[in-house]
Amino acid sequence: MNHEKIEKNVGLLGVLTAIVISVGGLVEIVPLYFTGQVGEAAPGIKPYTALQLEGRDIYLREGCYNCHSQMIRPLRAETERYGHYSLAGESVYDHPFQFGSKRTGPDLARVGGRYSEEWHRAHLNNPRDVVPESNMPGFPWLATTVVNAEGTAAKMKALRTVGVPYSDEEIAGAHDAVAGHTEQDALIDYLQSLGIASKTWGK
Amino acid sequence: MSGFWNVWVMGLVTANLVFVAWLLYATSTGKKSDQPAGPETTGHTWDGDLKEYNNPLPRWWLNVFYASIVFALLYLALFPGFGNFKGLLAWTSSEQWAHQQADADAIVAREFAKFDGKSVAELSTDPDAMRIAKNLFAANCSACHGADAHGGKGYPNLASPNLTWGRTQDAILATISMGRQGVMPAWKAALGDTGVVQVANYVYTLSGRTAPDPQAAAAGAPQFAAICSACHGSEGQGNALLGAPNLSDDYWIYGSSLQTITETIANGRQNRMPAWGELLGSERVKLLAAYVYSLAPPPAVAN
Repeated sequence: MNHEKIEKNVGLLGVLTAIVISVGGLVEIVPLYFTGQVGEAAPGIKPYTALQLEGRDIYLREGCYNCHSQMIRPLRAETERYGHYSLAGESVYDHPFQFGSKRTGPDLARVGGRYSEEWHRAHLNNPRDVVPESNMPGFPWLATTVVNAEGTAAKMKALRTVGVPYSDEEIAGAHDAVAGHTEQDALIDYLQSLGIASKTWGK
Repeated sequence: MSGFWNVWVMGLVTANLVFVAWLLYATSTGKKSDQPAGPETTGHTWDGDLKEYNNPLPRWWLNVFYASIVFALLYLALFPGFGNFKGLLAWTSSEQWAHQQADADAIVAREFAKFDGKSVAELSTDPDAMRIAKNLFAANCSACHGADAHGGKGYPNLASPNLTWGRTQDAILATISMGRQGVMPAWKAALGDTGVVQVANYVYTLSGRTAPDPQAAAAGAPQFAAICSACHGSEGQGNALLGAPNLSDDYWIYGSSLQTITETIANGRQNRMPAWGELLGSERVKLLAAYVYSLAPPPAVAN
């Protein structure tokens, strides 16, 4: 076959291009959907509570993932700083996962329990108050904005359809669990839940 | 991976390698022998005289493509990637990490061996230990307690001679290793607004100051004795076992003003020192404890 044939026949070019670019995904991604390793929760991993779930949505809304990863690679320098490296089974209830791809700020996969709630409040209002050299923007409006609890139950139902095991009671209680809390409460509750399970795995 | 996905991956990888090798070979078979002299063109002519050469790929370039296929074969032979085949090297990222960690642990153990068996107090005067501890403090503790360890509102000043949970070697070790959960209950409901102000005025006097409202302070004294003294002691001297701060010294975690004291009594305080033992390991925690200890060592006792 001459390359002329491929270049002058757009249909053939398209078919061959599709084959070439889909092989990577077919080999590396598709089997993952059907194997246990990425579908089973790691030890101690539980679905987010209603408030944590709302906090996670605020994390997404404010674009925290643009500067913070949640993915500790199995490299010593990283585990030394953050703790146990991330496992596939930690993200089974994350839709979508928050691995991130850039660290302007530190990784947050193990931030739960690392700082006190009070520290997080001060830090979210104005990061410079506790970390003088920080270049993170402040998020003071989170402290004064109340979470919209109307959609929480619907979000949990939607997550249940993609495999997050929420019980009927949890969904029924979602509104009351969230109502009245500020967005800052929710976000901090979410942050404080990150990586807690990994503390039981040993180093 | 189950049998099906194993075959799936192996099949696709093999087919892909064969396919790209064939594609490369089939589209690159150089010049025909009966080709006329001079460069071949694609046959198009633009703007009257613009033509496009149809030269074969440079040899080195073509060879790089072939080399990448050879690389793929070697890679699949040595490393995991070909279905369930683990590769001849049996390499895994977690095992590589474990090796690196073991190497680093050995270095740390060697470096820290000279500190073995020394008490926190002894380490606090060891310049080698303090040099390492200062770096550990800057990396892990300064986010809350500040680079100079003097803290801020809600973050205890570690250079204070009187720490809430105690300044003994064991107390500091326990605080860093396991963390602390400080809870001051809210007393607004029990004391009422007037009661809160009265007790606040009384607490204000415990550190030897004159209350802004002496009458209120006098009225607050019995309420303090009835409620607050259970944790803070009858003189407000605090109780390190409960994490009840000393109210009779001049150090205040949240501030010494009447307004701050009133807020604390009315709404309570919740604070947490995170646990660091798991992440840092006992050797580093001990050095950090020694560093904190060194910031305000107890006055030397004559023997």
